[in-house]
Order: sequence, then C-alpha cells, then structure tokens
Amino acid sequence: MDTFVQQLINGLNIGAIYALIALGYTMVYGILRLINFAHGDVYMVGAFAGYFLALSLGLAAAPSFLSLGIVLVGSMLIAAVVGVIIERFAYRPVRKYSRMTTLIMAIGVSLLIENLFVAQIGAAPRAFPDFLGSQSQLPYRLFGNAAISKAQIVIFLVSVALMVLLQWIVYKTKVGTAMRAVSFNLNSAKLMGINTDAIISLTFGIGSALAAAGGVLTAQYNPNIDPLMGILTGLKAFVAAVLGGIGNIPGAVLGGLLIGAAETFVVGYGHHIGIASTYRDAVAFAILILVLLIRPSGLLGSTVQEKV
Amino acid sequence: MIPELKKPISVSKAKVLLPLAIVLMALAFSCTRQAEEKDPVDRSTIKIGYFGDLTGPNYNFGKSAINGVLMVADEVNQAGGIRGRRIDVVIEDDRGSPEEAARLTAKLIDQDNVIAIIAGGTSGNSLAAAPKAQSSHIPFISPSSTDPAVTQAGDYIFRACFVDSFQGEVMARFAANTLKAQKAAIIFDFNSPYGRGLTDYFELSFAKFGGRIVSKQSYTQGDEDFKGQLSSIRAAEPDVIYIPGYYSDVTAIAKQARMIGLTQPLLGGDGWDAPELWQLGGDALNGSYITTHYSVDDPSPAIQMFVESYKQRYGNLLPDAHAALAYDATRLLVDAITRAGTTNGDKVRDALAQTKNFPGVTGLITINADRNAVKPAVVLKLQDAKFIYQETIHPQIATPSPSPSPSPTKKRRTL
Repeated sequence: MDTFVQQLINGLNIGAIYALIALGYTMVYGILRLINFAHGDVYMVGAFAGYFLALSLGLAAAPSFLSLGIVLVGSMLIAAVVGVIIERFAYRPVRKYSRMTTLIMAIGVSLLIENLFVAQIGAAPRAFPDFLGSQSQLPYRLFGNAAISKAQIVIFLVSVALMVLLQWIVYKTKVGTAMRAVSFNLNSAKLMGINTDAIISLTFGIGSALAAAGGVLTAQYNPNIDPLMGILTGLKAFVAAVLGGIGNIPGAVLGGLLIGAAETFVVGYGHHIGIASTYRDAVAFAILILVLLIRPSGLLGSTVQEKV
Repeated sequence: MIPELKKPISVSKAKVLLPLAIVLMALAFSCTRQAEEKDPVDRSTIKIGYFGDLTGPNYNFGKSAINGVLMVADEVNQAGGIRGRRIDVVIEDDRGSPEEAARLTAKLIDQDNVIAIIAGGTSGNSLAAAPKAQSSHIPFISPSSTDPAVTQAGDYIFRACFVDSFQGEVMARFAANTLKAQKAAIIFDFNSPYGRGLTDYFELSFAKFGGRIVSKQSYTQGDEDFKGQLSSIRAAEPDVIYIPGYYSDVTAIAKQARMIGLTQPLLGGDGWDAPELWQLGGDALNGSYITTHYSVDDPSPAIQMFVESYKQRYGNLLPDAHAALAYDATRLLVDAITRAGTTNGDKVRDALAQTKNFPGVTGLITINADRNAVKPAVVLKLQDAKFIYQETIHPQIATPSPSPSPSPTKKRRTL
C-alpha cells in the first residue's frame, strides 16, 4: 500500500510537469489550430534560462525558496519573450498559408533551437543548482514507507498555483475573454475589434512561461539539463494534451496527470506482469494511438466542429 | 565502373552501385598504400585514426581519451618518432552514436588510410565499428570498452582494459566480502551492452558469494525520472544498490535516490569515472564505491610520473581512467609497431597479440588469446568530491576459473 501511494506521488509529480507543458500545446492549438512542435524546446530554453540566471546572479550558492522563486519567475519571463519572438518571426508570416506550412515551420523552429543550443553551449549535460536541498536531506515520511520530498511538494504547489492563475486569466479577465473569442472564431473576433495578433502573442507568451516553469521545476528533481531534454518530454506533454482533448485547458491538466501516473505505474508494477520498466515511453505513445482510434476528441474534448 | 554508370539506370540501381563504386575505389587506395610500404626507407608519417564521443551525453570519455592519445603521439614524435616516422592522429567525433561510429570507421580506413584505430569509448560504439576494421585488416584497439563481445568481433579487435565479467565480479566480491552486503538491488541501462553485461556478471558472482538480488530495475539513457524504479527498490530493502551506468544518468539516479530517502551505498563501475561526476552528482554520491582501472592516488612511481606530465600538458587537469587507458592503448600500439618493424596491418596485429607484461600506467598488461587485456582493477570510495583508493584486486584472485562459462550465450548473437 505504501509503495502504491509512493508511486502515485511520483507519478502525479511528473504528471504535474507534463500538465504545465501540455497547457502550452493546448492553448496554442485552441487559438491557431497549430501543433507547436517547438514547445518542448521552449521548455528546455526555460530550464537553461533558469540555469544561467542562477549562475549570473550567484543564486546557486544561496539555495533557498527565494532563490528558486527569482529563478522561476525570471526564466518564465525569458521564455515568454522567446515564445513571442518565435510566433512573431516564424509563425505569423506563414499563418496565411495552409496549416501544413505552419506545422512544418514548427518542426523547423524546433530543430533550429536544439541545434543552436548544441552549437552554442554544447550537448553535455549541466547540473542545475539544487535550491531546496532535497538531494541532500531526507524526505518527509507520510506513513509506512511512503515519503515526499521538498522538491515534490514545491512542484505540486507551484504547478497548481500556476494552473489556478491560468484559469483565472482565461475566465475572469478581459484578455482571457478575448483569448476565448479568438479561439472561437479568429475572424469574428477581429471584426469585434479585438487585436487578434496581440492576443495570439500573449497566448504564446503564457504557454511558453508555463513550459519554462515546468523546465525549472523538473530540474529540481532531475538536475541534469541538456539541449535535447525537451524532445521526449515535449512529445509526452503533447500526448497528454491529445489525451485530455487538445484545445481544452482542464483536459491538458488531466491528460498530463494521467500520463505521468501511467508511466510511473508501468515502471513500478510492470515487471509483475512481464512489462519491463523500459516500456514507460512506449506506454505514452500507445495511449496516443488508442486515443486517436477510440476517442479522437480526447477525454474532455467536445466533438470538434471543423470551422468552415 | 564508368561504363556501368553511363548506362541508363534506375534510381534504386544507383543506390546499390554507388557504394559499390566507393568500395572499389577504397580497395584501389589500400593497394597503393601497401605498395608504398615496400620502399626501402620509409619516412612518411604513420597515420592513426581516433574516434570517440567528443560531444554527446558522455563527451567526457572522448575528451579524456583524446588527451591520452595525443600525449603519446607527442612523446613519440619528440623522441624522433617510430624508426624515424612521425605519428599523425586523425581525430573524429562519433557524438556517442553507434551509427556514427560505424560510418567514421569506414571513413578513417577508406579515406584517411589510417593503419590502426584507437576508438570507441563505449562498448556499443566499439561493437558498431569493429566489423569494418576486421574486414579491412586494420588493428583496432578500444581503450575502455569492457563488454566481452567487443573483441569477439574478430582477431583484429583488441582492448586495453579488463572485461565486464572481471569488473562485475570484483564489485560483487567487494560488496559481499568488504561491505558484508547480503541483499543487493540493481538498476541498469536496458539499451546499453555495457550496463547489461555488468548486471549479468554482478548477479552471477554475487549469488556465488552468498548474496541475493532483491530487486532488478532498468532505465534507458536520457530518462529524466527514476523515482518509480527507485521506489520499488526501496520497498525491497537492499543493503547496496548496483548502478552500472554512465555518469550522466548515474548522477541523476543518485540524486533522486537520496531524494526518496535511499541511504544505502551505491555501487558502480568505470562508467562513473569522469571529472564531471562530482559537478553533476554532488553530495548525493557520498559513500558510493566504484570499480575502475586505476587511481591517481596510487603511489606507484610510473603512475605518479604519468599524472605529473598529464597535468603539465592539460592545465592541471587530473587524468581520469579514460585518459590513462587511451594512453596505454596508444602505447601498446606504438610498442607493437616498433616490434613489428612495419605498419602492415597483419604484422602489427600479430605483434599486438603477443604483448606480454607491458608496463602500462593502468598496471601490467598482457594480451590474452581473446585479445583482452589481463590486468588488475581498483575499488575507489566516493566521498566529498574525492575518489579514495580502497584496494587493488588482481585477476588471478578474482577470476578463479578462466573458462568462458559466465559469458551469456546471448552475447554470441552479436557476432
């Protein structure tokens, strides 16, 4: 039982990170019907922004909640700017062409970012500072063998806070209303006097900031960051978004948590039924295939009405 | 080949013919090279190929190894070369990928006409590269590939390090006898021949010493989260945890193990031995033990002399095991070329195979009938960013039966 609880904590923890990244996929898809394949790389950029921020501000030597907070907010801002730049200079010029063009552009941007980073800072992994000291101190015992570390608690709290904040922005503010209007129908929104370009930029900015938060938080439990870290994580977050129903914000969160939990249970219990723990990645993609076959609109997605 | 190409041919045919043409050209080149060697006084440079992971997740292996190789080349050239011929090292980067390793081997042999190759940091890459070297009759020495299958690829393939069977057995012996461990857990890289090999041999030997494996988990290189596997391990309550991986994954595993409250000693192999280990792993590594090829703290004068001149060359950097092994591998090759008196692949191969009690910095090296180096291993303790020398274990003690019985039959498939 305590092992089960432990695996559930571990699974939901990774799931929370997938959810943060999946939100970016789902928001951009909701507005532009674009799958932004460079999103996983924005997550990586966020982690590196945090790393260099910590180095240049000397925060690595002063581990505390405050340092983590500064690095988290700073990297989110940097990633937001990166996201806005990507949208402005890569996607906006081709938006008027077919969706396929934008999709191929997204793949190109993704490869460009990865290779720029490999060329500039090298492919070698770097050690992200441990702000919480959770790598050197024992975790908090819950009951029996189940335990939770400071990093895991912080990951839960920060991701829940960010999701609540996003929900508030989308449903309680004027820009949120504008975002929903644009996602409902871009051209009508434009006719209603909404500055759609600004709203799209904002959506990219928010999505990228959430991914950066995911990057910094991930680095608190896996401190090795490298320029290709966003590929697999990005793909799994994409699967999470599809599972929850792409374009649907609560769906992305649900999908992320489910993928994280599924993956961890495969690792934790798979060997009892003859599935090696190395099947964890296969599981995410098997889920993708099943969702596309059985319920293409995802768990919470409504049957998508194709725009005419 | 020209008349064939002039014929109107389909695209798929061209795909077949082009590599054929390249192979024919390579053959033509290799013939001219052998003809040159028959000149009475040869003053041409001796070209040695090197490839390793100079970038990629384990880039430190390659960086250290190339330092060792270049150090030998400079030392030999300063002393007047091998019989007056200077050594020229052609360097390539395989970026840690086996496909790239295979391609670069062909490039080094066919385009650069190297007479021997020192290469393949990791076992997987050496396995990918070996067939080409074997079929071209180019001696191939891997400094640090410990998987037994590597030298089984053919009689031109050698190694300058001990094999996994020995390394796994040394750690099992150390865990059972010195640490008095009875229950061990293993977490290994499922896709790496190195990790699987060490796991098999550790398991076998640990059982022989009366221990029990209570949990066996796997991962794949580059995984971000290991807490699922580690939680299962924690439930099994082992005395020690064996992690026969490479340093980039191992450090992440060590940190996450501490994070979920595992305080047992972590055990590893030479894949941990890199200067970056501490920078990536930090305090989480304290109290761990590894088996490796040599220790910079070893008081022997030969080792201290090597360490000093390495530090002088490379800005006070301490030579890790990969630097020392690459140094020894290149020294073995120079020794073989000198004894053979020629750079002819067959003769150099024969000379290499006859190497006996060669005084390397990683111990006395004898090449056995399987073209493996027979030499001692050391156990080091990891504490506060230092590798502390524990003990040296010699092959005759740790390997009671030289029979290849522990070698799992599945390895033979890779032939």
